[in-house]
Amino acid sequence: MTNEDLKNKLTELFPSATFEEGGEFINFFIEPSQWKSCAKELKEKAGLDFDYLFCVTCVDWKTHLTMVYHLSSTIHRHSIVVKVKLNRDQPEIDTVCDIWKTAEFHEREAFDFFGVTFINHPDLRRLFLTDDWVGFPLRKDYDDPINMIKL
Amino acid sequence: MENETNKKIPDSFPGEIYPVAGTDVVLTKLDDVINWARSNSIWPLTFATSCCGIEMMSVASAKYDFSRFGFEVARATPRQADVIIIAGTIVNKMAPVLKRLYDQMADPKYVIAMGACAISGGPFFYNTYSVVKGADHVIPVDVYIAGCPPRPEALLHALISLQHKIKSGATREQIKIDGNK
Repeated sequence: MTNEDLKNKLTELFPSATFEEGGEFINFFIEPSQWKSCAKELKEKAGLDFDYLFCVTCVDWKTHLTMVYHLSSTIHRHSIVVKVKLNRDQPEIDTVCDIWKTAEFHEREAFDFFGVTFINHPDLRRLFLTDDWVGFPLRKDYDDPINMIKL
Repeated sequence: MENETNKKIPDSFPGEIYPVAGTDVVLTKLDDVINWARSNSIWPLTFATSCCGIEMMSVASAKYDFSRFGFEVARATPRQADVIIIAGTIVNKMAPVLKRLYDQMADPKYVIAMGACAISGGPFFYNTYSVVKGADHVIPVDVYIAGCPPRPEALLHALISLQHKIKSGATREQIKIDGNK
């Protein structure tokens, strides 16, 4: 599907989604409560078939966190980006590792560096950092007086 | 002797010819000969942690070719290597690995810190929780190469500088050994 067709289809499926213009991919925001059902639709809906989650990241905007999911379809060769805004003080979102298995490690990484809690994740532990690490180093307010200087 | 060019030894050899009755004798110091021999066959460890490693590979390949100076036998095990070229960023997680590799290398061993990351933590990564601000916090370094990444010629220059340093007995390893005598 072209980006135009994708956008029409997605607007029809998720009326509450808001789109962001001006990128290579179709970008849209969805509420955290809707994310799980939205993800299922994206994976299973004929014509969409987003069977490949190729990137999961988190962005700290200081006022809130944004989860960013890059999805692609190996059948139709189209891609989209889904963004979910999270409360920075208590970032919680449903896991999608039962839909895309690859999300398991990606979500552990996001938990490791940003402290996002993935509800129903089977094994939410630190991935890169040591188990006794305090804090989430990729957050903008992370403080490390030994290794970092304040800018 | 000055007229007998066929008996002249190369300038790079640390010794002199003395004529005695019936033949000529080469006089030198054993330490100097050992250092001379070692400096011309230094086996580097196959070790690189980031983009400097690409430059290092290029120096190993046909275009720059460090085998011209005796560095061709890159070893995949530290037990057979003489020099470790720290080509890239050393992070806190990598530091114990680097220390172990260095400890596993047989004496005498030499260290080259290649590029800004190995010297000081690097231009992009120094202000983070994860990066070691210079490989010399972990192991002693003999030769530093500036650059990000350094040109292949710069690495060649560093390797030749290391040879000079070994010949003059001035590497950290040699100073340490002499100090223990």
